[in-house]
This record gives sequence, structure tokens and C-alpha cells, in this order.
Amino acid sequence: MLNRIFEKVIAGERIGFDEADLLYCEADFHELGTLAHAVRMRKHPEKAVTYVVDRNINYSNVCTCGCKFCAFYKAPDAEGGYVLDFDELDRKIEETLALGGTQILMQGGHHPDLPLSWYEDMLRHIKANHAVHVHAFSPPEIVYFSELNDMTPREVIRRLHEAGLDSIPGGGAEILVDSVRSEIAPRKCPAGEWLGVMEDAHHLGLKTTATMMFGHVETARQRLEHLFAVRELQDRTGGFTAFIPWTFQPDHTALSHCRKLTSIEYLRMLAVSRIVLDNVDNVQVSWVTMGPDISQLALFFGGNDFGSTMIEENVVKAAGVSFRLSRDEIHRLVRDAGFEPRQRSMDYTVLEDR
Amino acid sequence: MIFKTEYFESIGLADIREKVARGERLTAEEGLRLFECPEPLAVGALANFSRSRMHGQRAYYVVNRHVNYTNVCVNACTFCAYQREEEEQSGAFRLTTEDVLQKLASSPAVPREVHIVGGCHPKLPLSYFEEMLSAIRAEYPETVLKCFTAVEIGHFAQLEGIDSGEVLKRLQRAGLDMLPGGGAEIFAPRVREQVCPRKLTGDQWLDVHRKAHALGMKTNCTMLFGHIETREERLDHLIRLRELQDEHHGFVCFIPLPFLTENSALRIDHPLTGLEKLRTIAVSRLMLDNVPHIKAYWVMLGVKEAQAALKFGADDFDGTVVEEKIGHEAGASTSQGMTREGIREMIEGCGFSPVERDSYFNSVEEQC
Repeated sequence: MLNRIFEKVIAGERIGFDEADLLYCEADFHELGTLAHAVRMRKHPEKAVTYVVDRNINYSNVCTCGCKFCAFYKAPDAEGGYVLDFDELDRKIEETLALGGTQILMQGGHHPDLPLSWYEDMLRHIKANHAVHVHAFSPPEIVYFSELNDMTPREVIRRLHEAGLDSIPGGGAEILVDSVRSEIAPRKCPAGEWLGVMEDAHHLGLKTTATMMFGHVETARQRLEHLFAVRELQDRTGGFTAFIPWTFQPDHTALSHCRKLTSIEYLRMLAVSRIVLDNVDNVQVSWVTMGPDISQLALFFGGNDFGSTMIEENVVKAAGVSFRLSRDEIHRLVRDAGFEPRQRSMDYTVLEDR
Repeated sequence: MIFKTEYFESIGLADIREKVARGERLTAEEGLRLFECPEPLAVGALANFSRSRMHGQRAYYVVNRHVNYTNVCVNACTFCAYQREEEEQSGAFRLTTEDVLQKLASSPAVPREVHIVGGCHPKLPLSYFEEMLSAIRAEYPETVLKCFTAVEIGHFAQLEGIDSGEVLKRLQRAGLDMLPGGGAEIFAPRVREQVCPRKLTGDQWLDVHRKAHALGMKTNCTMLFGHIETREERLDHLIRLRELQDEHHGFVCFIPLPFLTENSALRIDHPLTGLEKLRTIAVSRLMLDNVPHIKAYWVMLGVKEAQAALKFGADDFDGTVVEEKIGHEAGASTSQGMTREGIREMIEGCGFSPVERDSYFNSVEEQC
């Protein structure tokens, strides 16, 4: 049976849920990685590994959501909450551009007091002052803005897009199964709304990514349900540029009793993601959570993109994990693995001479 | 399935795969081809095959305790971030026997093994170590005392003006059970001249272990890799260990130690990457066909890389450790210790069955 699934994947055929389940649970570790790598090499035969130079800017940490897995947020009345002012934002963007950066990834919380016009002003301000790609506002933020401003998510996306939003990051997906979401993030939008925002964005011409945060309360089958939900939407829109799975980092969160997943479990999930998501071009490795050693190994488990240099990162760091990687270090890891490093933009266009 | 004959033919390793399947010994040239194979998972799969043939799905760990009795050392190896030249230097320390006993008493669990290493202290007489061992032995009759690298044994011999075999006999009488594998570095003289010129030679290291094995003592062995040595020199190191092992079968476990660059005087152009560490561990498993165990020493590898190493030939996760200084002074970012429960869960998460062991790798599961 397993043999037949391997043959299907090698022949470029799509696999179903039960087949993915069998692969995920039963396949030998090295075989599974090699199968995912074969899929990756078929999609990207050029032996290159891409990465983007960008910065995670968290415009605010104030959030009404209170997700159990989060060590970053501050409740609206708690001490330590902030909203970045535009001068600070400008400084961060200028630093990013000076380091050869091309985009900013901007996410915040669910801030109860900021109207949509504040975000529009921020986007217009950025676009008026900097030549930078703005990859911002995960679907839960979009849904929250829509509720706060009493309009549809589609209308929110349209207005933000008009103000300068270029693409939407795939954060806040966690596990796209409502029973899991109601346990770990009860106040965050349900799976259907997350997918709905992405579908609207794709229809409005915005590209997005999709993420998965696994290794908390979900089952193995629910991880697969997540992959199949992404695949199904991608069949209809083709708007996801990349899939980015990472493992939950439990320290300093309300779920700190969860066992930390091992690198082996991460690599298996990465490989299965590459195999199931036959309609998504790129799969990112997560050096932020896995560190340089395992993210380099992940290039042989289906990953073809090293993600971002992340000049700044705050959220994972708040959960007690802080790896730093310079662009030179990414180049060295990629070359040592036998690939050529290539800087890219958000839409995976390779940038020359950088 | 992918790992069939045709696959190994396509990457030029069909003959090596055959030899591994038949359990035949690999040559240095074959080791080099494994190192140079561009498909790390194929090499990992071969190492995993050997590892599984020897140990099935078992992955071992030990409840142990490290004690570093001094960091004063005459050797001044260029890779070392731990050494101090003399006791008066800032940060230098030396423990008394009472200090050592106190540290052991503060361990969260009675250690099954005590691992004691230090530096080559210019003044401490052999009687200091004999007293230390006797005192620990009296307090912990069941604990295995795995103490003093071959380098320290050689140094004690020199300081006392006696043969290293005599040193081993006296320490054995005082309670020494096993030698840890440290100080082997890379045996090639070219490398030792540059990184540890004052340390005993590769031949002398091997000789101390040969004498220990002849006394019926079990020992471990190590390789410090990822500094200035070539892959060929790593293979030479492995083959020399393999040759000594053929004589007495005294080595229990091989510990590949990746060189950590921080706080070390040795500047190197190409620090190890994660893949090269895993390749080296896999090649070690395949070359050292007569050494039963390979350790994924999480203190030096990092926890996540050590987990991966279990799939690249390693079968031992080392121990709960508690207070490790040498790797941490070199920039190891791992925590100082792990709990028994933490190690067991992690091993299970990697898809293996945890087996608590003693120093000789006998299972002590039923006693838990």
C-alpha cells in the first residue's frame, strides 16, 4: 500500500487523505524525506534555494484575542502595550532597505481602538515614503477590522489594498480545524473565515502565503485536514505562493505544558506538506523555530525556500526561542547543502545581482 | 519505496550499500565517498540501517552527573574556551573532595554514573585523585565512576614519574571504573601540532586506552571535528579507533564532538554546518563497525540536531548531565541538564523506545 503511494507521488499523481495519513504515520523517515525532495526537485529543478530580505514589524502588541499559545500579546489594559508611531516605522523600514531588504512583514494584534483609517493612513504613509513591498495583516486581523468597522472582510481588503497593501501573510492559520481553534484561540476567527479572507484576497489579485502552527493540542489527522483545506482553496484560486509549517514553541505561553515537538516530527510534517500540496509552488523551512542545523537538513525534506533573513522578529522570541541568521550565514548553509542561494521578492521572483 | 538498488546505483553507492547490508568492513576510500555523496539522506539511511541492526528501535540515555574538578591546565589547546593557565588567574577554580561530594549530593537523582574530568593541573598529585575516588566510592557504592581522560592519565603519569599503566592500576584500586573518551581530538600529527601541541600524541592516547582495556576497564572514545582537519583525517581517526577496538573490544561508545567556535582562540574559515555534523555521525556509524554505540551528545550538538542524529546512526542520547562547563564555555547554548522524563518524551517523539542504561549500556529499565 505504502509502495503504491510512493509510486503515485513519483508519477506526479495527487494523493488523497487516507494516503497522506498512511505516509505521515508509516513511511520510513529517510524515504519520506527523499520522496518529498524528489517532488521539490521536480518543481524546482534549478538547484536553487530562495530567501527574502525582510523585517517583521509588529505595529502593535495590543490584542483582545488572548490566544493560549501566544507569549507576545498584551491585553488592552495591561502594562507594556505599544503602538508604533510612524517615525519609528520609517526608521525600521529605512534600516531594512539599507540592508538590501525589499519588503516588510507587518502584523500586530487585535487592537480595539484603531479604526480602519489608521491602517489606511499607515499604508499610505509607507507607500508615499518608501519603495518597499508591504506584506501585512493576517486574516484574523482582517476579520477583526471588518467586525470593528462593520464591513465585510472583502471590503476591508479592498480598502487596504487601495491604500498600499501588496500581499497578505498566512499567519493566524494555526490549525484550520474549528475544534482545535476553539480550544487554543477561542476569540480568533474560525477556519472558514480564515480561508474566506484568503479567497477574497486572491480574487482581488493579492497573493498570500499559508502557514500552519502544529504541535499543541491537535491530532495528526487534524494537521492533515489543515493541508487538505489549503489544497482545496488553492485549486480554486491559485493565490498561495508558499506554505510555511512550523512547530509551536510552548515556553512562556498558557500551553507551556505541551511537549516540544522534535526535529524528526517537524521534518516528517514538512515532507508530507510538500507531497500533499502539489498545487503550491514553494515550501519554506522554519529556521526561526528549528535553528540553522535543522533548517538546512529541511532542504532535503521538501523545503525549497529559506524564508526571510528576519532583521527583526519578536513573536517567536517571546516564546523563548531566538536564533539569528545573517544573509551570509544563510548563503553558507544553502551552499554547503549543494544549492545556490537566490534572493527573491514576495512573489518568488528572483532578484538579480544582490 | 525509494531506497532500492537502482537508487543507490544512481548515486554511485550501490557497492557500499551491498557491503553495509552484508556487514562488511568499509575502507577509508569508501568512507570518503560517503562523505562526498550529495544526498545526505541516502547516507543517513545506510547509517540508520546499521544502527537498527545493532539496536533496533532502542535509544539509550543515562542518569548521570558531570563534575569538572578544575579548569587549570598546562595544555593551552587552541580550541579550548575552558582552560585557565594557573589557579591565580581570574575564573580559575579547583574543587576539593568535599566540594565534589557536595555537588554529587545536590544532584536531583542519585547518579548512576559520575563523569569527572578537569584539566592537566600542574601540581595536583595522584593521591588527590585517589582520595577523591575513594571518598566517592564510599558514599556511592553502586555508581560507576567514569573519570579522567587519557590526557589526564598521561599527565598524572608524567607528574608522578611513573608509567600510565601504573596510574591506571592505582586509580582502579581507588575506585575508577571507566575512562571517558575525551582528549582524542584528531589523531593526525599535523592537526595536533596546530590545535593541541602540548597534549599527548594520538599514539599515546591510544596507548592509554589500550592499557586500560588490558586491565579489563571499559572506555569511551571521541573525535573533535570541524576545526582544521580534513575529512580524510577524520577517517584516519576512525580507522585507528577501529584497529584498537579489534584488539580488546574495550570501547563502549564513540562520541563525535562538533567543534564550537565561540570563545576559542582557534579561528576557522568554515565552521561546521548541521549537515556536515550529521554526515560525520553517519560515516562514524558505518566505519566503526566494531564499536557498539554512537552518542548524540546533545550538550554539544544542540537538542534538535541530536534528535536528528538518532536517525543518522546515533543510538544514545547521553544523559541528564547537570552542570556542564566545557561545552558551555565554548558557546554551547543548550541548557545545563535535562530531566529523565524530558529525555524519555523526546526519544519517543523521535520514534524510538527510550531505554535507561548504565555506563556499560545494560538496560536498567526494570529498576526505574
